[in-house]
Amino acid sequence: MRELITQTWAWWFSGAMIASIMFFLLYFGQSFGFSSNLRTICAAAGLGKTNKFFDFNWKAQTWNIVFLIGSIIGGFIAAQFLSDGGPVNISNATIQDLSKMGIAAPESLQPKELFGWDAVFTVKGFLILALGGLMVGFGSRYAGGCTSGHAISGLSNLQLPSLIAVIGFFIGGLVMTYLIMPLIL
Amino acid sequence: MKLIKFLLLGIVFGIVMAKSEAVSWFRIQEMFRFQAFHMYGIIGTAVTLGVIGVAIIKQFNIRDFHGNPILFLPKDKSVARYLIGGIIFGLGWALSGACPGPMVVNIGYGFLSMIIVFFFAIVGTYLYGVLMKKLPH
Repeated sequence: MRELITQTWAWWFSGAMIASIMFFLLYFGQSFGFSSNLRTICAAAGLGKTNKFFDFNWKAQTWNIVFLIGSIIGGFIAAQFLSDGGPVNISNATIQDLSKMGIAAPESLQPKELFGWDAVFTVKGFLILALGGLMVGFGSRYAGGCTSGHAISGLSNLQLPSLIAVIGFFIGGLVMTYLIMPLIL
Repeated sequence: MKLIKFLLLGIVFGIVMAKSEAVSWFRIQEMFRFQAFHMYGIIGTAVTLGVIGVAIIKQFNIRDFHGNPILFLPKDKSVARYLIGGIIFGLGWALSGACPGPMVVNIGYGFLSMIIVFFFAIVGTYLYGVLMKKLPH
């Protein structure tokens, strides 16, 4: 029984739970879109004084910030109480591809070559994390949403703009995976 | 206390994202290399159920718990902003292995270096606000 919880949760269960969360948010009068929080944080930090894009009633977005705080707690609960600390169960093909770029087989959820402190405190390691975050933040606001807002909420509402955005996510992801990462890792 | 339900939903979201391993850089690599069905199964299930549910909400004019109609606002018509913005997002997603939600789930999980990624995602959003008038939309 315990193993049912500590092992990787099935894709169909996880997908159904994510759809349920979207519907609960709709029922509570809101919508599922995580990257809006990044703009809200800018507004709450007072950046609306110098830039109109961040000058809005951000307090109306408090519910989403609370959702974000819940997500952090959820990650903590998953790590502390619902996991046995085992490695991510990815395919052998991926393990082999990644080893060619100097990324060892998983020992946990994340590669230590990228997220371990030894890597983070090198110039290259820091730049990888910083540039990755910068592009996610810039791109999600430019595209008007991220995976939750476009790929889940937008596609569920059959929005063509969301389909274009998701195609963009994959073009960018494939270019990074196949063309850029082999050069920089 | 109106906010407690959003806290609980966030907690469930964080647990599901962590336990499905969708927050893992390895899983995102596996997805972009088309070497497992797992991530496609998660997103595909969510979208399939989402399409059905949204259609039901529209068909029966289901209201939210305040009694207000649930409205789905159409997104602005454009190609440039979604395609270019999407590509930039995808570049960052594959490199950092995390979109905004998974970034904070990782922080809670104990991968504190993800704070750097999240901080720069905020900086990136600010940068968009600064440059938005000069960008094609």
